[in-house]
Amino acid sequence: MLRRLLTLLAVAFLGLAAAQSQIEIFSWWAGDEGPALEALIERYEEMYPGVEVINATVTGGSGVNARAVLKTRMLGGDPPDAFQVHAGQELIGTWVVADRMEDLTFLYEEMGWFEKYPQGLIEAMSTEDGIWSVPVNIHRSNVLWYVPANLEGWGITAPDSWAEFLTICPAIQAEGVTPLAVGENWTQQHLWESVALGVLGADDYDKLWTAELPFTDPKAMEVWDVFGEVLACTNDDAAGLSWQQATDMVVGGSAAFNIMGDWAAGYMSTTLGLEPGVGYGWAASPGTDGVFMWLSDAFGLPQGIQNRENTLNWLRLVGSAEGQDIFNPLKGSIAPHLESDLSLYNAYLQSTAADWQSNRVVGSLVHGAAAKEAFMSDFATVLEIYLATGSAMNAANAAQAIATQVGLGQ
Amino acid sequence: MKLTRDRWTAILMLLPSVVLIGVFVYGFIGQTAWTSFSDWGRVSSQALAVNPEIEMVGWQNYRDLFTGFIDVRFRQDLVNTFFFTIFFLAGCLGLGLGLAFLLDQDVKGEGFFRTLFLFPMSLSFVVTGTIWRWMLQPRGGVNVLPTTVGLPAWEFRWLTDRTQIWRFDWNALPGMTGLLVAAILLVVALSSWRGGRRLRAAVALASGVMLGAWALTLGRSVALLPFPELHGFNIAFVGIILAAVWQMSGYTMALYLAGLRGIPSELREAARVDGANEIQLYRHVVLPLLQPITLSAMIILGHISLKIFDLIFAMAGADNATTDVPALLMYLTAFRANQFSKGAAIAMVLLVMVAAVIVPYLWTSLRGETRR
Repeated sequence: MLRRLLTLLAVAFLGLAAAQSQIEIFSWWAGDEGPALEALIERYEEMYPGVEVINATVTGGSGVNARAVLKTRMLGGDPPDAFQVHAGQELIGTWVVADRMEDLTFLYEEMGWFEKYPQGLIEAMSTEDGIWSVPVNIHRSNVLWYVPANLEGWGITAPDSWAEFLTICPAIQAEGVTPLAVGENWTQQHLWESVALGVLGADDYDKLWTAELPFTDPKAMEVWDVFGEVLACTNDDAAGLSWQQATDMVVGGSAAFNIMGDWAAGYMSTTLGLEPGVGYGWAASPGTDGVFMWLSDAFGLPQGIQNRENTLNWLRLVGSAEGQDIFNPLKGSIAPHLESDLSLYNAYLQSTAADWQSNRVVGSLVHGAAAKEAFMSDFATVLEIYLATGSAMNAANAAQAIATQVGLGQ
Repeated sequence: MKLTRDRWTAILMLLPSVVLIGVFVYGFIGQTAWTSFSDWGRVSSQALAVNPEIEMVGWQNYRDLFTGFIDVRFRQDLVNTFFFTIFFLAGCLGLGLGLAFLLDQDVKGEGFFRTLFLFPMSLSFVVTGTIWRWMLQPRGGVNVLPTTVGLPAWEFRWLTDRTQIWRFDWNALPGMTGLLVAAILLVVALSSWRGGRRLRAAVALASGVMLGAWALTLGRSVALLPFPELHGFNIAFVGIILAAVWQMSGYTMALYLAGLRGIPSELREAARVDGANEIQLYRHVVLPLLQPITLSAMIILGHISLKIFDLIFAMAGADNATTDVPALLMYLTAFRANQFSKGAAIAMVLLVMVAAVIVPYLWTSLRGETRR
């Protein structure tokens, strides 16, 4: 009798233990982006009842704080079951080379994802040894934002090249308006990558990250010269403003243009309540028409985690068209999955999704797709050197020195 | 020495804290020092590997920091810390002393004012930083104050102004340091001569002259870098200094007030009887007696200013290079760029700087205690 009772207890306990199965999802999606993640988690809980989801978020845009916390956790031998990371070199250059991730080729084969994602994206997420992440969204970095009615009032149109922008710059300034609004340091780097893409073109831009085009090459140096001229058309209180405040300048009419990733569309549509195409307009940043500079949030499979099967289920959901269509309309991004249902998205997202499927794609530097973290982080210093000295030569030499030191493109 | 029961108890009581401090303070200092001599993070594939291959590279990280082309930011950070420390100390000591003198005049409601001035200290630096960030917004806070009386708003970019004053070439640093030390030695020589210590005066004079001569001749040709590199005082630090002084001057006031209360009234009365006026009283009686307080305050404030991180992180963010300090750069280098060995080297430089302030103080105060 006693033995039977004990067995019963043991079984009950085991059942409880199974029901207590967990998955910890580590991300920096707090605040405005929180609801999108919560919707996705809700769907996961419906599909896998009995799995307790621990939503571990660390605030700080672009993961500035979350990545530091993640590193201490990984070094301490306590990896979260699934962590958010920018797809591309941010994951590969830090975690894959450190041999802390599992190859996901088997999952892609099982789910048939090789046909469901654009080839360029899959290549950017892969190395010779495998494919390392499942993307959940796509943002575009090279977007020029403006208010159509304001441009009409000033009698200008969105420029097609940086040369054109620089010619209309004095006219806009004459109206007492800032031609281009920028914010704190990282938004200036963000501007730089759009200028680089516009000046170099997609091929040469890509060669920067494979170290085929040195930063000291005259073509690459020209980027800094143009960048300097563009900066002269920006607001002088930039370093004190957040990206939202820079966007506010455009919306409020004190600035004509702003270059920011398309999370700005989410901010203007949702937070400011503007209608896409009427309240705000957009174009590819000057000189980059037909090129889509992407960045993507993704999840990978860390080695040595407690709940591998739960994480795999999470990846299956995150990588499916269904999961992405739950997440992205709320987040204000598009689904990388080619079978995404576009009717769920607003006008801006539909237009950018069409670009995503037809354009040449290149990775973003500032948002982790193009270069490894060591370079990306030190690029702030390069920008600082340029701002302090105003010398394209100094900036190019510094960028090349860092590229050599961290082994960019290897 | 016989181990009595009492002694055993003492050892047992002390052992846990000795072990804990040994491991968690000195052990980790040792580990950081070791890391700073390694190449952990220089090869990015090894930075976060489970079992990273780490090689020892000696002083390479330190050489890079002080003379490497791309570590210009670290050198500017050292200069920032230098200026910040000077203004922070001067501000806190001056304001604290002034407030203490005022409160010492038997004002009504002294207790109220004392608490009022001391209150900012009870806030954490993060809170202070956040409040002051709001107040120093380029288009809000302090800058729009004049508009309340109909004047145009101020345009000063508190935390982001890029102006740099008092610029000097980093390569001139050895020569400048030499001249400074020579000047101090000459002062020492002069005061020893007056005090009648001839030998000491002669030695100080000789070394001062030699060092000065070196600084003016050979010292000029010592180039740390193959190119000129200008550093200076970033105007953007004014806002940070303001916030830091606001927070800590009340504390200095409390220290000085305690010191003032500790001066026996007989001394003041004696000075007055001797015909000293109020200014002479402070100049020749009170201030000299406050010297130990000034020293303690300088030590306490000095090590806070060298280590400052949270205030600036909350006020201007880690990425605002015009208000950067070594502690922030250490965080960015180690945990964003994965350059753990270079981050450790910055940490060791900070440790040496703080030790240079703290150790002589501990040394003299401990020696003083045993003498008693």
